[in-house]
Amino acid sequence: MKFALQINAGPYASNAGHTAYRFAETALAMGHEVERVFFYHDGIYHGLRYATPPDDEFDCTARWSALAERHRIDLVLCISAAQKRGLLCRDEAERQGKHDDDLAPGFRIAGLGQLVEAIRHADRFLVFG
Amino acid sequence: MKQFLFVLRRPPHSGAFVQEMLDIVLTTAAFDQPASVLLLDDAVFQLKHGQQPADFGMKDTASIYRALEIYDVKHVYAELESLEERGLKPADLGLPVQTIYRKDIASLMRRHQVLFSG
Repeated sequence: MKFALQINAGPYASNAGHTAYRFAETALAMGHEVERVFFYHDGIYHGLRYATPPDDEFDCTARWSALAERHRIDLVLCISAAQKRGLLCRDEAERQGKHDDDLAPGFRIAGLGQLVEAIRHADRFLVFG
Repeated sequence: MKQFLFVLRRPPHSGAFVQEMLDIVLTTAAFDQPASVLLLDDAVFQLKHGQQPADFGMKDTASIYRALEIYDVKHVYAELESLEERGLKPADLGLPVQTIYRKDIASLMRRHQVLFSG
């Protein structure tokens, strides 16, 4: 089965992102596909490269990056939600006359159309948070 | 093509959430997917007539609803019990909505392939 996921809550504001991660990990282990994870609202903070949680705590961003690399999952941060919150990829930062590259490996910035497309192609769509 | 039902439950002006949810509704409709909206709980306040959020420096999210018709969003439903519990009547809302009884919500949801919570 093909899953599309959306995460709406920031990584440390609730368990939503953690639950989504466990869901994705389990679904993949069971042979399902997770084509795309779309991060919206404060969920975009999952893709922040500079997050540095203590060593003994769950590192959401690093876990997602590793999972995406292992299973070729498309991790998409919504561009308008990300810009509003000051999170820019290199291209967009340059376009805005800034010098940032805030995205962790495996994440990219794109529009809401990517969410609608993922929902259309998925067998199941789940919203977390 | 999938039938989308956006189930909105939050009050207006509670951070950027409502505005960002409406962005998804509009994007879905712009991609020619059949989209409907269901207002539950405090979300019925989103269409309350006579809001003046600009006075507080906030965006008028109720006005975004008026764009839904242009984008061909077919139905805006409001749960009758949610309205009554908050002392509201359909006439208190800035747009005509279809009211729906709580007991009929499950069958409304069954008629859609994608239930979008927000």
